Amino acid sequence: MSAKKLHIRNGRLVDPAHGLDRIADLFIADRRIVGVGQAPADYSADQSIDAAGLVVCPGLVDLSARLGGIEPELAAAVAGGVTSLACPPDTKPPLDEPGLVERLVRRSETHALARVFPVGALTQELAGQKLAEMHGLSNAGCIAFSQARRPIVNTMLLLRAMQYAATFGYAVRLRPQDDFLAGEGVAHDGEVASRLGLTGIPVCAETVAVGTALELAAQTGVRLHLSRLSSAAGMALVRQARDNGMSVTCDVSAHHLHLSEADIGYFDTNARLDPPLRSLTDRQALRAAAQEGLAVVCSDHTPIDADGKQLPFAEALPGVTALELLLPLTLLWAAQDELPLTLALARVTCDPASILGIDAGALRVGSRADVCLFDPAERWQVTAASLRSQGKNTPFLGREVQGRVRMTLVDGRVVFTA
Amino acid sequence: MHNPQLNANGELTHLLSIEGLPREVIVHILDTASSFLKVSAREVKKVPLLRGKSVFNLFFENSTRTRTTFEIAAKRLSADVINLDVTRSSTAKGETLLDTVDNLVAMHADMFVVRHAASGAPHLIADHLRRLQRSDVHVVNAGDGRHAHPTQGLLDMYTIRHYKRDFSQLVVAIVGDILHSRVARSDIHALTTLGVAEVRAVGPQTLLPACVESMGVRVFNDLRLGLRDCDVVIMLRLQNERMSGTLLPSAREYFRCYGLTPAMLELAKPEAIVMHPGPMNRGVEIDSDVADGPQAVILPQVTYGIAVRMAVMSIIAGN
Repeated sequence: MSAKKLHIRNGRLVDPAHGLDRIADLFIADRRIVGVGQAPADYSADQSIDAAGLVVCPGLVDLSARLGGIEPELAAAVAGGVTSLACPPDTKPPLDEPGLVERLVRRSETHALARVFPVGALTQELAGQKLAEMHGLSNAGCIAFSQARRPIVNTMLLLRAMQYAATFGYAVRLRPQDDFLAGEGVAHDGEVASRLGLTGIPVCAETVAVGTALELAAQTGVRLHLSRLSSAAGMALVRQARDNGMSVTCDVSAHHLHLSEADIGYFDTNARLDPPLRSLTDRQALRAAAQEGLAVVCSDHTPIDADGKQLPFAEALPGVTALELLLPLTLLWAAQDELPLTLALARVTCDPASILGIDAGALRVGSRADVCLFDPAERWQVTAASLRSQGKNTPFLGREVQGRVRMTLVDGRVVFTA
Repeated sequence: MHNPQLNANGELTHLLSIEGLPREVIVHILDTASSFLKVSAREVKKVPLLRGKSVFNLFFENSTRTRTTFEIAAKRLSADVINLDVTRSSTAKGETLLDTVDNLVAMHADMFVVRHAASGAPHLIADHLRRLQRSDVHVVNAGDGRHAHPTQGLLDMYTIRHYKRDFSQLVVAIVGDILHSRVARSDIHALTTLGVAEVRAVGPQTLLPACVESMGVRVFNDLRLGLRDCDVVIMLRLQNERMSGTLLPSAREYFRCYGLTPAMLELAKPEAIVMHPGPMNRGVEIDSDVADGPQAVILPQVTYGIAVRMAVMSIIAGN
């Protein structure tokens, strides 16, 4: 597993950061990309990899993946072509102490698989009461601060948290959902929830929180990223803010690009997501936002064991396993909406990398050699056995998807082959 | 999508919800109930259809009345009935719902009658039995959360059919807390499947679910308008904890706006019947003069309920 000189031949190089999509060779040495299309002088490869028929793209960058038992999830990440991922702070215990962050970074580094970028807790214990030590957490490796799914009910504290983060130039991520309006809700407050007798989460739970977050971000000048938008109306507010010159960014989960409230069917707990799957109109708006570049796409990977899902719908834990589905679901979206591969892959490579502010997501000479090689035509069935993640929780279980990762490189080292 | 309550031959194997039940299945249950009604009126109130079968009443939520009617129905079919008060036993010790079910299946249960506070709990059990390939074990939903109370829906249909014969010309008003009511949902599905002329959902906006029109009802916020020219009025129970606070200011104001008084009832057709799933809150959703009046069919509902539950259990066990 030493840093070899790798020559990746005949692949279809897709680098969204540079609008590149052509058959070309890639040359890697000293953990970096040293040549695109053309070998540098005096280059002799230790290993040559034939990538004919494969797409060679930057390793995927995932804005949100929960790691549970760390090793299997990092193995799932690289099996899904994900080479960099941000981990939200709602670990047990939450990432509100520098020591915990350092330990997470150390533990993930020992596996030398995907690179892990912790997101620190905005408030102590994520309780929304007292600010966390953001400066210390940043020094320990946190690249942004968030509350994960926990609210800050007190808007004064939210204002203070943004002011404090802005003091040091830290990015703040908020999952916009008003705690009172969401209440005990477990599904979109629409036809399906009403029919099944599930408590609904109205769209205004999102729009009210987006409005508050945007207003306070404008006041404080903090770098704001809104996580997991779920509704057309919420997305419209973000678009409006951007049109008014705000630099706010946002993301949607890959599952939300494909599913709607109808996928709950007869209480399928695998379709219990947070935020909830909403209407088909909402889903279309999320797709449109991702297409125009307003939103990036993340996995929102949340592995949950059977015990957490084999419960009545409202009692089941929310979330999906998605690290290994991020690429196929992005490709499926691209195919269905007839989008160029460079555009679709930008939403899971260079765009999230720029939001995280990390050196990743591009295939330029000099950049880190985090690379994903996948067969865009290979079809495979999503089964409990085909997923490396400990979580098998996805409505796509049993379905066939297209696009299979063949090889993943992190820092110029082959960390996954299939 | 695969209908979880029908087997491969399209026969009823569980009763989980009225939604998705073909019209013929509903009519078959009502016809079967009609024959059982005579059994209950006999000197010897038993038929041997479920002899040797074990019916487990699995009530995760207290309801002495519903449990009793299921118990009577099963006993009149000659089944052995085991009542489990699960609220006080296994779950209190941390056992999951499906662990409880597995244990009872190991005791050779043939049928579960399930009441649970969470919507979808009976579906979860039925799905679990399907994965275990135990098509010989049946589930009857006796009320799950706000989702469904199919036997109540069926006994309501039996009552309406008894008094009105033909469904096609009927205007039915369902009045009150529709948001939290599994009875309302089951009645709406049954009425629309049986093809009534109009189903009305009557209540304040705080007690109506989102997009309720998508279930095929006409919404009325004003009780007077909602009752006009109705053939059937179904009053819903208002739970004590919802009477004052965030959804309604007070029981008194609720009665003033939505209580069924003799004067209000005059807006409906003269021969209109008044139903209530019980237990009633007299003076909150219904005036005693109406509840005890000539148009009320609330006690016949209870009688028919036993025949309908016998019909459901015998049909399911036969499939």
